[in-house]
Amino acid sequence: MSEPFFEYLLRLGDDRLVLGHRLSEWCGHGPTLEEDIALTNIALDLVGEANLVLQRAGQIEGAGRDQDALAYLRTDREYRNALMVELPKGDFGYSIVRQFLFSTYAMHQWEALSACADTDLAGIAAKALKQSRYHVRHSAEWLVRLGGGTDESHGRAEDALNDLWRYTGELFATDAVEQALVKQKLAVDSSSLEAVWRRDVADVVARATLTLPPDGYMQRGGRAGGHTEHLGLMLAEMQVLPRTYPGAKW
Amino acid sequence: MTPASVVAPAEDPKRLADFEARIARGETIEPKDWMPERYRRQLIRMMSQHAHSEVVGMLPEGNWITRAPSLRRKMSLMAKVQDEAGHGLYIYCGTETLGVDRHDLILQLLAGTAKYSSIFNYPTISWADMGAIGWLVDGAAIVNQTMLAKASYGPYARAMVRICKEENFHKRQGFEIMTVLSGGTPEQHAMAQDSLNRWWWPSLMMFGPHDADSPNSGELSRWGIKRKSNDELRQRFVNMTVAQAKAINLTIPDEGMRFNEATANWEFSAINWDDFWRVVKGDGPCNRERLAARRKAHDDGAWVREAAAAHAAKQTESTEAAA
Ligand SMILES: [Fe+2]
Ligand SMILES: [Fe+2]
Repeated sequence: MSEPFFEYLLRLGDDRLVLGHRLSEWCGHGPTLEEDIALTNIALDLVGEANLVLQRAGQIEGAGRDQDALAYLRTDREYRNALMVELPKGDFGYSIVRQFLFSTYAMHQWEALSACADTDLAGIAAKALKQSRYHVRHSAEWLVRLGGGTDESHGRAEDALNDLWRYTGELFATDAVEQALVKQKLAVDSSSLEAVWRRDVADVVARATLTLPPDGYMQRGGRAGGHTEHLGLMLAEMQVLPRTYPGAKW
Repeated sequence: MTPASVVAPAEDPKRLADFEARIARGETIEPKDWMPERYRRQLIRMMSQHAHSEVVGMLPEGNWITRAPSLRRKMSLMAKVQDEAGHGLYIYCGTETLGVDRHDLILQLLAGTAKYSSIFNYPTISWADMGAIGWLVDGAAIVNQTMLAKASYGPYARAMVRICKEENFHKRQGFEIMTVLSGGTPEQHAMAQDSLNRWWWPSLMMFGPHDADSPNSGELSRWGIKRKSNDELRQRFVNMTVAQAKAINLTIPDEGMRFNEATANWEFSAINWDDFWRVVKGDGPCNRERLAARRKAHDDGAWVREAAAAHAAKQTESTEAAA
């Protein structure tokens, strides 16, 4: 078992890197130029956050790995992101619903981490909190538009919400790694975020005239390296150059 | 050959003379000013082609965002492609000051009746292409746009000033990618040289045909839209680029290139114009792919745009009902 704080930073960093990567797949293919720019902005913020968090993870690990070594030279079994963020981008409605569900979680997480005992992470959190507020606002506005737009957009948004719901439980699962850090004020207890997240999500979903899905079985495994079929493929693409040319600098 | 869209009725000779006198005095033409119909149509043609080029140009580089080899490179590539989207948006808005609708221009692009820069019909098959495109393609665009920043039409000139700043940044970023690759492992150096070999001639073609074969050039220069000829701009670009290639230990793929002491120009071999016209006319390696990608994005986004419009209409209705 590696050092818990390193492990925790990987979870934070991998969530953002993987989602940022997925979102960047929209670049050049968005429904309007304005939205192309907006989605790429969010992707840039997320990869930027991942860059800082993984850099800190490398420092904590102290084994000479920097953020690129962590991003490009770990296998999917070593990735610690929640399953939700690695799923293929789907249609625009799917990407927006996922963004809204994740960013609402991330916003509360960053808010709590702004008071983290690790001043580096606290600094990252303070900056990322502002960004994630914008991500929530942008995706919530779209969710309301899609829900209240046409029958088709309403249906697509509802489908996405239903498909993604079973991946939300993992975001709020806590474990021994996290609990050990909570006591040292290095981590936030994920289960403590669920109530505020539900309140925010229920509010926007109601404004979007959509229906919250029932809580069925919740998929999980990502925090321990057990992923869907999609992450391996994503990493094969993302890591192709550093893997093909070991040791090269770019 | 003159495109049908540019043919226009004869103008009142007095107004035309006044207009041309304004141009000759170096005055800037603004949207509310009188302008000959052909001036307006030439500008729409040029500006919309330019906007289309920015947007189609997102595709070859967007192709490598998911494979960028470090987090820093990934972020700067995303930011660059996003800048190009911004350029497209900004120039489309500028074109709308001439009384056309952005939506109609986009439909022309998707229908295949509007042109965009042929350079984007070549494939990006290695990471080094992200360097070569920034260095050469953005570099050539800067040479062209620095001239257009002095164009007689105010909204176009101002768009160019703003856009050129970002293109300069893109060029530096591309050159830096090439510098790192060229000085890297032997495989990386080979990757950079191969990329220069593939992009060199298409970059020279970006300035368009020789002046003698350029159908719109005469009128465009008389009206102060284009203040330098294609050949002049191309030569300026070559003169700049030769030294840059040398500085990073790459070889320009033109064995016939010679420095002319008298003119201080780097003289280059004949351009293969058959190749240029083949790509312009639709048979480049990626013409079909680029348009297909734009069409797919447009079609896939239709339900989203409809939803946004429907939602906005409902909002207006409910605000009006409340008032
Ligand atoms: Fe541009
Ligand atoms: Fe550019």
